[in-house]
Amino acid sequence: MKNYFKYLAILALGVVSCEPELENAIEDGDVYSNGSADFSNYVALGNSLTAGYADGTLYINGQQNSYPNILASKFAVVQETNGFTQPLMNDNFGGLLAGGQQIPGFDTRLVLAVGANGPFPARYRGATPTTDISNVLTGPFNNMGVPGAKSYHLVAPGYGNIAGVSAGLANPFFVRFASEANTTILDDALAQDPTFFTLWIGNNDVLGYATSGGTGEFQLGNPDFTSYGVNDITDPTAFAGLYAQMAGALAQTADGVLLTIPDVTLAPFFTTVPNNALVIDAATAAQLTGYFQAVAGVFTQVLMQQGVPQEQAVALASQYAITFNEGPNRFLIDVPVSQTNPLGFRQMTEDELLLLTINQGALAAGYGSVEFTPAVGEVIAVLQAGGSPTAEQVGVLFGAVSGIDDADVLDTTELQNIKQATNLFNDAITATAASLNLGLVEIDEVLGRLNNGGIAFDGGVINSNFVTGGAFSLDGIHLTPRGYAVVANEIIEEINATYGSTVPKADVGAYGTVTLSQDVQ
Amino acid sequence: MKRLLLLGLVFMASAITYAGGYRVSLQGQRGLAMGHTGVAVVNNAELAFFNPGGLVFLENKINAAVGVSAVFSDVVWQNQETGSMARTDSPVGTPFYAYFSYKLSDKFSVGLAAYTPYGSTVEWEKDWAGSHLVNDIELAAIYVQALASYKITDNLAVGGGPIYVSGSVNFNRNLNRTLTDLEGNRSNVTIDASGVSAWGWSAGAMWKPMDSLTIGVNYRSEILVEAESGTADFENIPNSPLTPFNDTTFDATLPLPAELTIGASYQLNEQWLFAFDYNRTFWDVYESLDVDFADPNIPDSNNPRNYKDASIYRFGLQYTANETFTLRAGYYFDESPVQSGYFAPETPRNDSNNFTGGLTVNVSDRVAIDAAFLYSRFKEIDESYDFYQENGQNVPFRGTYKSSAFTPGLGVTIKI
Repeated sequence: MKNYFKYLAILALGVVSCEPELENAIEDGDVYSNGSADFSNYVALGNSLTAGYADGTLYINGQQNSYPNILASKFAVVQETNGFTQPLMNDNFGGLLAGGQQIPGFDTRLVLAVGANGPFPARYRGATPTTDISNVLTGPFNNMGVPGAKSYHLVAPGYGNIAGVSAGLANPFFVRFASEANTTILDDALAQDPTFFTLWIGNNDVLGYATSGGTGEFQLGNPDFTSYGVNDITDPTAFAGLYAQMAGALAQTADGVLLTIPDVTLAPFFTTVPNNALVIDAATAAQLTGYFQAVAGVFTQVLMQQGVPQEQAVALASQYAITFNEGPNRFLIDVPVSQTNPLGFRQMTEDELLLLTINQGALAAGYGSVEFTPAVGEVIAVLQAGGSPTAEQVGVLFGAVSGIDDADVLDTTELQNIKQATNLFNDAITATAASLNLGLVEIDEVLGRLNNGGIAFDGGVINSNFVTGGAFSLDGIHLTPRGYAVVANEIIEEINATYGSTVPKADVGAYGTVTLSQDVQ
Repeated sequence: MKRLLLLGLVFMASAITYAGGYRVSLQGQRGLAMGHTGVAVVNNAELAFFNPGGLVFLENKINAAVGVSAVFSDVVWQNQETGSMARTDSPVGTPFYAYFSYKLSDKFSVGLAAYTPYGSTVEWEKDWAGSHLVNDIELAAIYVQALASYKITDNLAVGGGPIYVSGSVNFNRNLNRTLTDLEGNRSNVTIDASGVSAWGWSAGAMWKPMDSLTIGVNYRSEILVEAESGTADFENIPNSPLTPFNDTTFDATLPLPAELTIGASYQLNEQWLFAFDYNRTFWDVYESLDVDFADPNIPDSNNPRNYKDASIYRFGLQYTANETFTLRAGYYFDESPVQSGYFAPETPRNDSNNFTGGLTVNVSDRVAIDAAFLYSRFKEIDESYDFYQENGQNVPFRGTYKSSAFTPGLGVTIKI
């Protein structure tokens, strides 16, 4: 009988310790295949989009939802990996300090606050930044994404040197985790002996130009990166050469995926404020039309006084006889004064874009149309009475035009520059992927889908509408966790197709979008 | 002895049969050891639960049985599409019972009973993939019952009595799949209600058409535990008028379904007893778990459950080895009331095969120790809960589940 008790006890213990096990358990590592790729040491290179930047800054949650981190979490169920490290910020507020002082231009994150006129994005003010760049983290870090980096910054020595920050020669985000002052991002990546990599670089080679309203130069034909301004577009030929060289260095030991550059002008930063938001009633339309007829008429006179033949003067001045209608009208923008446009303003064309950062209050007060003053009214009254305005009055009349500044708008030429550069950059990326037998994710096509109908997931549709669409964070340029999950899934699809692996996808609906807070005062 | 074990195995293998939901069949170690049969078994004071009609058939004047079980239950879940997995880390459940009967006359006995037939404790990893459905839940209901048993004829008796229930619930889940505060902490709600009382009854009849055959029937009424003004504690809610989730109170009703049992036992000889019970649990009543928050700014939470009535088939046998030892074994098939598409991870139970065994050691004429174990075997199952909604759209939560449960228990029987 004693023996039976013994057996019973053993049986009991045996069953207690026996947790439920699935026949085909992910834990056991037999469910997925890495195919011909080796994900054991994945290194991600890129800019803010790779770092997990969102809502106008970098913060811990954004980093945790970066597409490389999402990818790495999926790689980890496919095969045993060495883990995935990121140079995490110190807080969820964002913003950077240097020696305890906030670095200008590196503010806290944007949150969605609700005001009297509904929800609006605003900087979080519930706390101040606590991440000090003088506190250098010990790496290496698998996520080498550096916000703000352009293609050529990946190979720029000293880009992580704290001494260069104030002069704009170094990047404070890289300062935080550069292995040494004069290293490069690429060297720090290669030193990790990656077995797998992703490279998503080039966005900033055109984005700075775009977000500045095209105030920089398109450095077409100038391969000297050191001569570039921060808002310039990189020379596509020089980009192509450098890109092939960087990808080649990475591909020597690792498999990987290259990502193209999206058409940045499809981002909400450029598509949210309509160029025809000048919505007016019939009386205002008539007033504006009358005003511009007056401008055209007076300008004809001015030209004739300067000796321009009447026919030619009428033709030149007629461009200013802009008519306005009840309802939405396109804004006026300032353009350089030229022989064909001597007054230096015109109405926007259909495709031209306004930036998200434009002062909406100013728009409502006449920025982008005419700032009427009593003095302007007096001049018009003189004209209506058949009188001739004095030179001073002409100045008052013309000066009431308040065209939108170049920095707030992307005009046709600027859009063409952006498009041309983006296409050439993408040609280079595509060619590099082909020549190195790497995977290629055409993010431009993905963003196109987000912008046109959206991408369905189990909880709805994700699209590129500002605030509500779910793809873009509150800065209108960088993605939300959900947007980054979509990117991760595109990469996974490409990895599986290229390397014969079966990496599982991220559950897009489980990733959040924008964060709410009223702490914005 | 070898023969007994062999027979037991044969029995288990040949009888393929079906409990589920949040019913916990652990109301007596002797009954449990025999597949939790007992509606037609005159054994000890466990009759107070299994069939109060039979209490008067107990030979002694005073009968008592108390016991407790330790439920080690765990569930594993994975979703192959996303590569996510989770495992419960549920604390050990300890359902108990205490029965007492007193024979006033040859024809009339009275009794008292306290037992815990419903309950569930499931604890998933915080913020796991299904955390919008449940992080953790603890349901408990203690039944306290006064009983009377009356012998109509020498071989027919009836019994029953009113049941007082004290119930409690504590349920935490995340508000949805993504909402967080600024720090990224998931917004969640805990609803808590305890000491919720309700009333019900049970009644049974036992008939012995011949010495060796006993037939029993027992019915326990449905009891609706209506929590009123329980507390709803919202945590990690972003500071925004768009998320007006302030702590409030709630009303909710949790049904404890009625159960009908019929069964028979046959005493083959002095040593062998066979028992069979059939349970029908009327789960139909559990249509939806609706939580009605007092704060009008907080939308009520409606969670369709659509449970269906379910059956359990129980088989048990008992071998009286000698004056000291009695050995028991049993098996039951427990049919889950959960329908396909309603497989919510708060009670992730599918059909199960259950194997039981145990023994009684008579320490003296008056005192006996009863031990029993239950091993519940659940098949791996691919299931989903399809009725969670986001933006008016159903968002199914899918995966492969497997549960296991092992429940040892110990009790004492006293007869004076």
